[in-house]
Amino acid sequence: MSMKTAISYPTEGGMGETGSWRVFKPVIDESKCIKCWLCWIYCPEGVIVKKEYPEVDYEYCKGCGVCANECPVKAIKMEREKK
Amino acid sequence: MVAIKKFPEEEYILKGTAACPGCPITIALRTALKALGKKTILIVPASCSAVVQSLVPKTSFGVPTLNIAFAASASAASGVAAALKMLGKEDVTPVVWAGDGGTYDIGIQALSGAFERGENFIYVCYNNQMYSNTGIQRSGATPYGAWTTTTWTGKKEIQKELGEIVMAHHIPYIATASIAYIDDLYDKMKKAKEINGPRYIEILAPCPPGWRFDMSKTVEIARLAVQTGAWVLYEAINGEVKLTSYSKMLLKRKERRPIEDYLKLQGRFRNLTEEDINKIKKNIDEKWKRYMEIYKEKEEKQ
Ligand SMILES: Cc1ncc(C[n+]2csc(CCOP(=O)(O)OP(=O)(O)O)c2C)c(N)n1
Ligand code: SF4
Ligand code: SF4
Ligand code: SF4
Repeated sequence: MSMKTAISYPTEGGMGETGSWRVFKPVIDESKCIKCWLCWIYCPEGVIVKKEYPEVDYEYCKGCGVCANECPVKAIKMEREKK
Repeated sequence: MVAIKKFPEEEYILKGTAACPGCPITIALRTALKALGKKTILIVPASCSAVVQSLVPKTSFGVPTLNIAFAASASAASGVAAALKMLGKEDVTPVVWAGDGGTYDIGIQALSGAFERGENFIYVCYNNQMYSNTGIQRSGATPYGAWTTTTWTGKKEIQKELGEIVMAHHIPYIATASIAYIDDLYDKMKKAKEINGPRYIEILAPCPPGWRFDMSKTVEIARLAVQTGAWVLYEAINGEVKLTSYSKMLLKRKERRPIEDYLKLQGRFRNLTEEDINKIKKNIDEKWKRYMEIYKEKEEKQ
């Protein structure tokens, strides 16, 4: 008897472009940002990238708002998506 | 402790997972894997973590992962550790990544056996205090008073203390952690990686749909659990218990916040009576009394 094991390979977008799940979108005000990188480390999706300032990958950001809730200087606002 | 800014930038959770927005599992695992590095093999039983990986033939996990039957995690990890030893690849760390259902209840026999045998792997339980993947059923970790679909008038029993059961196995490293105190979590993962033998780490993982709170509040609730003393951060190296991070400050310098601050944000505690809240307070007070005693004994010895 032969048995086959299903093998998956690491792929971005395993569940598709999860940005389409979003109702509210995080918008970062760089003038307020103190670069503490808390948003970067707490983002459940790892879609905040460390650049000069934090940058959100909107293709995958699910709009949970954890980043905005945790930002110590309120530099992130959640804005309703216009769709 | 390593500053958050200095955490590695490598990502082992790939964007576009199947996790609900605001999921605590991916927060915990992202940082855990930053600490453990790419030479890690995950062993995952049936749970949300199996689903979060997304669908065959794709996976959102960037390290090798063995998905295994519910009760078998610690046995499978024992096997992986033995294979790595035979292959001379002992720089690779096998890590079980299991929910509380898979740990407190269904996986406890394999867990206890492997710990007693002294197997060489890390066991991480992310504790979201219920069976979330199958739609929020009670587990041995569900706290007293909490609503689940199988305790719809509130759980009548007090959650068990698995940490103390694990402690009775005399393993070299045991720790609790929180996704809010993420530098403490990172530090504990790093430490565990350098130790040989069974290591157990339990991370409190507040789940928005299961605990009934807004998805932006995952980290805030995790923080409140620690600040109110409902969840205690500790570390036991060779049996010596020490509180860490914010919990350590609660021993002397800081007051515990009122438990209501934690409970009122969660829909699962909406129907608590005053009597229920008093019972929860008593349970937390008793737990802290035990820690205070351990702490005092230590001070007296010094
Ligand atoms: C032997 C067996 N019983 C039941 C199930 C169904 N099942 C799959 S995941 C799950 C819940 C897992 O709960 P937990 O371990 O707490 O992890 P979580 O889903 O909360 O991440 C259940 C009951 C199963 N897959 N195998
Ligand atoms: S809204 Fe959520 S998913 Fe989007 S960047 Fe913020 S934390 Fe990440
Ligand atoms: S949490 Fe706020 S202040 Fe900190 S890096 Fe992100 S946007 Fe900047
Ligand atoms: S149910 Fe909870 S633990 Fe499971 S994927 Fe959703 S948020 Fe994460």
